[in-house]
Amino acid sequence: MNISGRNYLFSAILLIIGAFLIGGCATEEHRFVKKTAFKDANQIVIEFAGPVDEAWAGNPSNYTVYEEPDPDIKLKIQDITLSADRKTVILSFADPLNQNQPHVLTANNISAEGKSLGTAILSVKKVYLGYLFSILIGAMIINNFVFTKYLGLCVFFGTSQKKSTAVGMGITFTIVIVVSAMMAWFLYQFVLKPYRLDFLQIVVFIGLVSLSVQAVDTILRKVNPLLFKAFGVYLVLVIANCIIIAVPLILADNSYNAFESLMLALGAGLGFLIALFLMSSVRERLELANVPPTYRGLPIAFVVAGLFALAFLGFSGMSIF
Amino acid sequence: MPATTKTNFQLISNGILNENPIFRLALSMCPAVGISTTVMNGIMLGIAVLFVQVFSSCTIAAIKNYIHPRIRIPTYTLTIATWVTVIDLVLAAYMPAAYKEMGIFVKLIVAFAIITMRLEIFACKNSVSASFWDGIGMGLGFMFGMVALGFVRELLGMGTLLGYDVLGVRPLLFFVLPAAGFFCVGIMMAMFNYMELVYNRKRRAKGI
Repeated sequence: MNISGRNYLFSAILLIIGAFLIGGCATEEHRFVKKTAFKDANQIVIEFAGPVDEAWAGNPSNYTVYEEPDPDIKLKIQDITLSADRKTVILSFADPLNQNQPHVLTANNISAEGKSLGTAILSVKKVYLGYLFSILIGAMIINNFVFTKYLGLCVFFGTSQKKSTAVGMGITFTIVIVVSAMMAWFLYQFVLKPYRLDFLQIVVFIGLVSLSVQAVDTILRKVNPLLFKAFGVYLVLVIANCIIIAVPLILADNSYNAFESLMLALGAGLGFLIALFLMSSVRERLELANVPPTYRGLPIAFVVAGLFALAFLGFSGMSIF
Repeated sequence: MPATTKTNFQLISNGILNENPIFRLALSMCPAVGISTTVMNGIMLGIAVLFVQVFSSCTIAAIKNYIHPRIRIPTYTLTIATWVTVIDLVLAAYMPAAYKEMGIFVKLIVAFAIITMRLEIFACKNSVSASFWDGIGMGLGFMFGMVALGFVRELLGMGTLLGYDVLGVRPLLFFVLPAAGFFCVGIMMAMFNYMELVYNRKRRAKGI
């Protein structure tokens, strides 16, 4: 295929990703809260859409803050300052905050101009490139889907016999998972969640996955027959992989935004590629080894995967930045 | 394949022994490695899979004449997804503790190759009652595999069975580690292979 065809494909993919990114910035958690952010080592800033009541804002019992992994440990608020226009509240804490963890902030019965505006549950996160990078590396290596979450094993053992097959499968899988996870995220955030159709998530996600596999198949066949010839056979297998349905479910559970979802999907795909490549390298050598007849084939592959899983256990608990 | 001529009992034993989903067909390995740490987990997930398998087999067998062959795979997937949603909501409502233990794996039943495979090669060609018994056999076979793995891992790892203290000590804590699931499955598969090897050798010796 010529270069123009490839250009079209790339610009189409970029456009889709761009659209998602813009969509991601527009999500809001409570209609009256504009922004939440960390400030200094021990402060959280909340910006409201309008002026709030001084009596409400100054009462520390109206706020509860905890780190997302441990809801039982409430952080102690030392001081509250309200800005002159009564739109910005700065909460100061007794101890410095661990800003790598997302914090959950609950503001009870926000009251503005004497009216109660309901309770807001907000998550305070540090959004910067390093945080996104840590999600990517986390999904790729520290929480590798194959070796530490034990997903996608059928396809993993089926396609890790040769290096060429492994790389082909890994690349195809990465493309499909990024496309389908972003579509699933979009649909979940903007259709299923607002209309309270969460219970349909399994049906919708599996339908979306089949749809995106079919779409990638059709587009690839038309745009780049050479690439299709190389990777087309793996497309059917992609749908039998649990990871591709697990990632949208994880995204839905953790309410990630667009950037984080993209990074998680990319990390999951690349992690699968790494796992396949490592495994296929070993299995190519195993062909030449003298394996007991009862262990030949799958059983020895399982034992090797167990050794890999033990090795990957060494990454657990590691944190970046 | 024409409609099956096997009796109901043969259909069930076929699922448990000859075509055991975990040890013989090597399908749906993810839960076998991931959450086979206790016998209870195996039983719970086994019941969930049994439910989904039986109900989707029956559904497909009942409507097989109305499905256009070209859209049969999407139809299977959506049928399975519907029944998985049902069991997912039921478990979340009535058994929240067990549901939390199994985590994402209940929802992932939708991607188990074993269920789609049974619909494709059995349910779409056979009557509702035969599909029902085949579904029961496959579900029990899966449960058997999960319970066998859970038995070994729970006994060796924690010295307990179904939560009761049996041995009083923890012989090999290693088996509780998630990574040990791979070793367990590999060794058990090798054992199945070995039994088959010995059985065949004996039969050959008898034949000669």
